[in-house]
Formats: sequence, C-alpha cells, structure tokens
Amino acid sequence: MSKRIDVSDLNVYYSKFRAVEDVNIKIDAKSVTAFIGPSGCGKSTFLRTLNRMHEVIPGATVEGKVLLDGDNLYDAGVDPVTVRSQIGMVFQRPNPFPTMSIRDNVLAGVKLNARRIGKSDADDLVESSLRGANLWNEVKDRLDKPGSGLSGGQQQRLCIARTIAVKPQVILMDEPCSALDPISTLAIEDLINEMKNDYTVVIVTHNMQQAARVSDKTAFFNIAGTGKPGKLIEFDETATIFNNPSVKATEDYVSGRFG
Amino acid sequence: MSTTTLTPTPTPTRRNRLSKGRLPRWAIPAVGLAALILGAAGSTLGGFSVASFLIYAALLFVVGATLATTAVEGRRQGTNSFFKYLVVGAFLLALIPLVSVLYTVLERGLPGMTSDFLFHSMNGMTGAVDNETVAAGTPVLGGAYHAVVGTLLITLCSTVISVPVGMLAAIYLVEYGQGKMLSRGITFFVDVMTGIPSIVAGLFAAALFGLMFGPSTRMGIVAAVALSVLMIPTVVRSTEEMLKIVPNELREASYALGVRKWRTITKVVIPTAISGIASGVTLAIARVIGETAPILVTAGLANSINFNVFSNWMATLPTFIYYQILNPTSPTNIDPSAQRAWAAALLLIIMVMVLNLGARLIARIFSPKTGR
Repeated sequence: MSKRIDVSDLNVYYSKFRAVEDVNIKIDAKSVTAFIGPSGCGKSTFLRTLNRMHEVIPGATVEGKVLLDGDNLYDAGVDPVTVRSQIGMVFQRPNPFPTMSIRDNVLAGVKLNARRIGKSDADDLVESSLRGANLWNEVKDRLDKPGSGLSGGQQQRLCIARTIAVKPQVILMDEPCSALDPISTLAIEDLINEMKNDYTVVIVTHNMQQAARVSDKTAFFNIAGTGKPGKLIEFDETATIFNNPSVKATEDYVSGRFG
Repeated sequence: MSTTTLTPTPTPTRRNRLSKGRLPRWAIPAVGLAALILGAAGSTLGGFSVASFLIYAALLFVVGATLATTAVEGRRQGTNSFFKYLVVGAFLLALIPLVSVLYTVLERGLPGMTSDFLFHSMNGMTGAVDNETVAAGTPVLGGAYHAVVGTLLITLCSTVISVPVGMLAAIYLVEYGQGKMLSRGITFFVDVMTGIPSIVAGLFAAALFGLMFGPSTRMGIVAAVALSVLMIPTVVRSTEEMLKIVPNELREASYALGVRKWRTITKVVIPTAISGIASGVTLAIARVIGETAPILVTAGLANSINFNVFSNWMATLPTFIYYQILNPTSPTNIDPSAQRAWAAALLLIIMVMVLNLGARLIARIFSPKTGR
C-alpha cells in the first residue's frame, strides 16, 4: 500500500510568476523524504503539486510530469479528486472539522464522499486509524466529543488519523510540527517512523534536526533571490546531505552559515 | 571573592512613587447625588419637567465628576472618565426610544389581545358593530386572524423563494466566482438592490404578474415575490459574509481527503457557517415581515380569511394596522379600530421577537461544538 513518485522537469507557476523551476526527483516507496530549504524557496508549493492541491489557489499552474507508479497525475482526463484520495496531505496548522466529533473527523473522508459504511466497519476503521496515529488511547473514551477540544498535538495526530483513514498510497506533510511543542513533535516524529512501513511519506520541515531524525533521503531547495524561482539544489541520502553534501550551498545551509 | 552583606533597606514610610491621588469611593456617587439635587433645583426654576431635570442632572454629573477626577487623579484620568460617562450616556440615550416603543406598544396593545382578536377575522365587522360595542361598553369584536394567516403565508412563501436563490448565489460568489466579471457584477447589483425602496419592489411584482395574468392581479404570491426581491439581497449579503469567514484550511483539508468541491461546500463549508447564515436569514425575514407598501399594491387588502396564496386578496398585519388607522371601521367611533391596530402592532413585534429567538436557537444548535 504505497507507491513511488517520479517527478521530471516540473515547473510551477503562479499566473506568470515561475515559483519552482525544473525539479527532477525520484521518491521511493515506503520511505521518508524530507524537503528542507529557506522560507519562500518553493518546497511547500512543490509539495502541493504532488497531489494537485496547488490547483485550489487561483492562477497556479504546472508544467512537467509527476508519475505515481508510472501514471502521470497531470495527464488529461485525470480527476484531481482521484489523485487526492491516493495522495493524502497533512497541513501545517492542525485543522480538524469544527462541526464534527472526533469519530466523525476520522470518518470524514468516507462520509463526505457519501460512501456507505456499516457501523462495525466504521468502528473498526476509527480504531485502526486512531491507533495508526498513536491517538487511540488518549481519545477512545471521548470519541463523540468535538475534535476541536483536543490539544494542538492531539489535533494534528487526529488530522493524520483522518488522512490514513482514506488509505492513501502517499502521505504529504507540510511542516506538520511547526505549530507544536517538543513533546507533541516527538510523538509525531515517532509516528512518521512507524508510518514508513506502510506509506510513502514526504515531509516539508524547517527543522533540520527533524529532517535528520525522520528522513531516509533529504532534498535541499534554494532560491537565488527574491523574485527568482526556487530550485532543487541537491537530493541524496539524509546522512550524505548533512555530513558530506556535494554542493556548497547545501553545506552552508545545513551548517547554519546560510546568508 | 567579595562577600555581600545584606543590610536591610531602611523602610521609612514614604509614598509609593508609582501611586497617584485617588478619589475616595464615595466621591462619584456623591457627585451624582449633588447633580440630581442641583438638576432638580435648576429645572424647577424654569417650570419642572422630567426631561429638563434629567438633562440638567446628566450634564452636571458629567462636568462635576470630570472636574473632581481631574482635580484629584490628574488630567489623564479626568479625560478618561469624561469619555467613559459620555459613552454610557450615549448608550442610555439609544435605549430611550427602544424602551419607549416597547412600553407604548405593550401599554396600548395588551388590552386588545383578546381571544376574539387572535382567532377571528374582520369578516362582517361593519361600523355599526363597532358603534354598538362602544355604546354598550362590551369588548371589541373582530380581530386580525386573517392578517396573521396572511403574514405567515406570504412571509413563508417569500422565504421559500429567496433563501435557496440567495444562498446559492452567495455560494457562487464565494466558492466559484472569485474575481470573475459575473461575480463582480452580481455583487454590484446585489448592493444596489439592498437599497431599492420597497414600494418599487411591490410595483415590479405587480407589473410582472400583471403582464402574465392581466392587470390588477392581486394575490398572496405576488406579494411574496415582491418581498423576495427585498429579501434576496440581504440573504446573499449575509450568507456571503459568513461563507467568507470559513477558514480556507477546512476546504483544503476536505479536498486533501479526496472530497469533491460540491460535497465540501455542503458538508464542510455550510455546516461551519450555518449559524451565521441562519441569523442572517432571520434578519432578512424580520426586515420584510413589517413591509406595508409592497403588500398593498400586490396582495390588496382582505377582511376575511384566505389560506390560498394563489387566489384572491390577502391581508397582512402591517396592512391591517394601516387600514385600521387610516380608515377606521366606524368613522364616528375610532377607538375599537385603534385598539385593534395597537394589538396588531404588538403581535407583529412578538412575531419578530420569536423569529430572533428562533434564529439564536438554530445558531446554538448548529454552531461548531466546543468543549472536551
């Protein structure tokens, strides 16, 4: 239950402005890939193109190919809704649906799509998803309470549970820990380590220690200056990127000598 | 290594340098009392009246309290309390008309709130009947039942027409039409329509149905269409504002789960905004329920009960009030008609109040849950 992603010659535009230029990257199945780089270098933008979420922003367009196990996401006739049900996404700020209970939040992907599901199946799905997100023990007694009553870290894990409940092939995470305290961050990082057994995980992070802790491979993005497009500078094993990078800019960035 | 010896700092009883003079607690009430007494004295000079007494007392209090505070606590505090009393004064001033309207309507309307008034129409009520009841001193006969029925039916019809249209238009504006020419056009015309006089809406509906069913077609549905013309812009506006404040993150979260746009709107966006939408719709209803002019030119006026909005003339509470005051049933004895009019006014206010309470209830039920 996981697929690989191959990106070739990808350019992302916001109207006329080219935000990301010529990205080529191969993301292995059942691995954790981290995107690092300074703010505004296009890593979040690029991440969103991997499940066509950038289309939500008016004017955003893409050139190039993104192959999910060989199938191009951007072929004519591909429904973005299908893409997104295979490639889930967790956002920077925890965003459980405020009108729904914890249980309904987990089932949101099923219920919102009007798929019928029996009560016992639903119970099983809720339990397995919450267990998968390491949240079951904390919330099993209050599944009917609103999801917005949880702490920030719990909300974020609820969002992860909601994402894995639709059984995606790939999970994209856009700075999932930047709004959380160190303990919740640790919980999520442990979770990411477990998740790579089942899913392909791509994570954008500003925290280089986090990238070093959780990822197998790391991609460094950079930008030549304001108004210039972001580029993929280097992509390699995480250990190589942090200890022995081949590009000077990468070394400067990971050692904190940037700018 | 130097040893620090802790000598206890001498604590002479000196004034805290951070503190300033403060008015004693009794000072402001005392100024108030003095203002009341002086105000009473001042207004008696030129012939006592409650209004002049209150005005004098309020002015004296604001000036006195400000001066006292300035003298003891300094200029900044003085200015602060001056504006505080001004704000409170403005608030009380705004309350006066509200309370006075409620009081007058209750005082004059309550005597007319009989079961006869609530459950009978004006059918067969002629000036002779009113003259008789006045002469005999018996309770006033005849009531506003037909008008209540008309008000409810016409308002219901216009709500049924305008809520779907208005909500869907707002959904288009917020979710589909961002930045497009069409949506900018709609927004502009909605703004224009919010300002059109209600009689124009009435004339429009009358003319529209006149074209279709012949001139001077008067029935409930024509009035409902006229009221919808007034309601739709309000519904669009309030729904639009509510949909706009739904965080984009929720939409993205839903899309990221592979949910289609339309289901995202119906299952995530609207439930999140429903409480605001409900109160917006209620305000729109409250706005049109009291309309008189467009009803007169579209539904005419009836004295008997009519449950069918698709045929014959209909009365509503505002038109009932209008005619009872302007054309009393008995031109020689206008008191029964005046009593009916006030009772109808009270009924109208109660209906609007119930609507508002209903909206709050809906908002409470649908609002996003909090708590652990």
